[in-house]
Amino acid sequence: MITLKNISGSALQQEEEKILEILSTVTDPEVPVLTILDLGIVRQINVTPTDVSTVEIVITPTYSGCPAMDVIGMNIRLALLEKGYKNITITQVLSPAWTTDWMTTSGKEKLKAYGIAPPQGQSSRIEKLLFEEDKNIECPLCNSINTRLISQFGSTACKALYQCNDCKEPFDYFKCH
Amino acid sequence: MQQNLSHNIEEPASSKTAQKILENHPGDNKLSYLLHLADNALILAQRNAEWCGHGPILEQDIAITNISLDLLGQARNFYQYAALLINQQNTSSNDPSLNTGTVTEDTLAYLRTERHFKNCLLTEQPNGDWAQTILRQFLFSNYQYFLYQQLQQSKDEQLVAIAAKSLMEVTYHLRWSSEWVIRLGDGTAESHQRMINALEELWQYTGELFQPAFYETSMAETGIAADLLSIKNKWMEKVVAVFTEATLTIPEKTFMQQGGKEGRHTEHMGYILTELQYMQRTYPGCNW
Repeated sequence: MITLKNISGSALQQEEEKILEILSTVTDPEVPVLTILDLGIVRQINVTPTDVSTVEIVITPTYSGCPAMDVIGMNIRLALLEKGYKNITITQVLSPAWTTDWMTTSGKEKLKAYGIAPPQGQSSRIEKLLFEEDKNIECPLCNSINTRLISQFGSTACKALYQCNDCKEPFDYFKCH
Repeated sequence: MQQNLSHNIEEPASSKTAQKILENHPGDNKLSYLLHLADNALILAQRNAEWCGHGPILEQDIAITNISLDLLGQARNFYQYAALLINQQNTSSNDPSLNTGTVTEDTLAYLRTERHFKNCLLTEQPNGDWAQTILRQFLFSNYQYFLYQQLQQSKDEQLVAIAAKSLMEVTYHLRWSSEWVIRLGDGTAESHQRMINALEELWQYTGELFQPAFYETSMAETGIAADLLSIKNKWMEKVVAVFTEATLTIPEKTFMQQGGKEGRHTEHMGYILTELQYMQRTYPGCNW
């Protein structure tokens, strides 16, 4: 969900790309296989033209109460400090609200390999009828789609709990948001 | 010999400063409105968190505490916005005593007294049994759902942003609590009776949701706050639809309690704050 602001090939865009490279090493503390870029929570990178060691990183929370956000902010700061950046501002913005639609394809693949079923379909699917389940959620272990919902709320705010009817394993599903 | 107890980190606003700062803004209807929205979310979050480790089954224990966490996050967003407005006003104030500390979300949550809290009475009602907790959540999520929907038309950009973010979360809360109301209401004789008991206890606190406080009226006129009358019908339609499936009926002729929005609370509120604010009151300025 991030678009670089400066003209392709310009010195400032090279700076932005350097930062992007650093940010790709920062992971979600609760789902450590996902980088913050995979999650799609980095909104903007602002490099100060007169002093490239002064940067602002704009991020957006996944859920209002996500306890990982403060840790993520701190980890971004540490990663940048390590590479010599001096004045680092981390800004949180709420609008437009984050959605699972912004998760990258490679992010979804990493989730599945980690044992968490990635979000299926668009975030508009959060409006459902009562007792309606997300059907055909693929079991990340045996790939069966013969699965059932155990609970809409799982180990973290972003996940629901499912069970596979074939291999019987319970698993987390990263729900649409 | 004198001991030097001062330290270098920025002094948080003391309890006294917090009171003074807040009392300095009595006519600030926008601030009151933000605190009202924040307090609703914080107090219900605190109540739901009491279930942590005590839920009827593990999955539902996790569900109710997840909802609690979402509400806490919403409260933080509103408090942070309120703190920003207060700090902006205090910096431009001529009264030097208002510049002695920075107000943060924590000042607002931990250092205000009962009379300054503007949450609806419904949110502070005790958990009771699972039926009462479920019904309280359904009645309030249903309210938040339409309220946040309406706030997307607010003239205040930050309110629109917070409401849009929160609405996605509340959508899940409303569906979950609606399903539970139906499951219990249309369940066994025991669960049905417990829902009736919960309804008799809680229905009297639903009138206040739609009874605007002075700051809501004033902010609705300027296009910032939600218009409560327009959401009342939608709220009621949903209640009727879910109750019908749950084989429950709305109690008749109930006297409606009110006062929470203006700081007049039920006796439960003091106990909630005692627990919620204990650490900051005992060790002022303590940090993790």
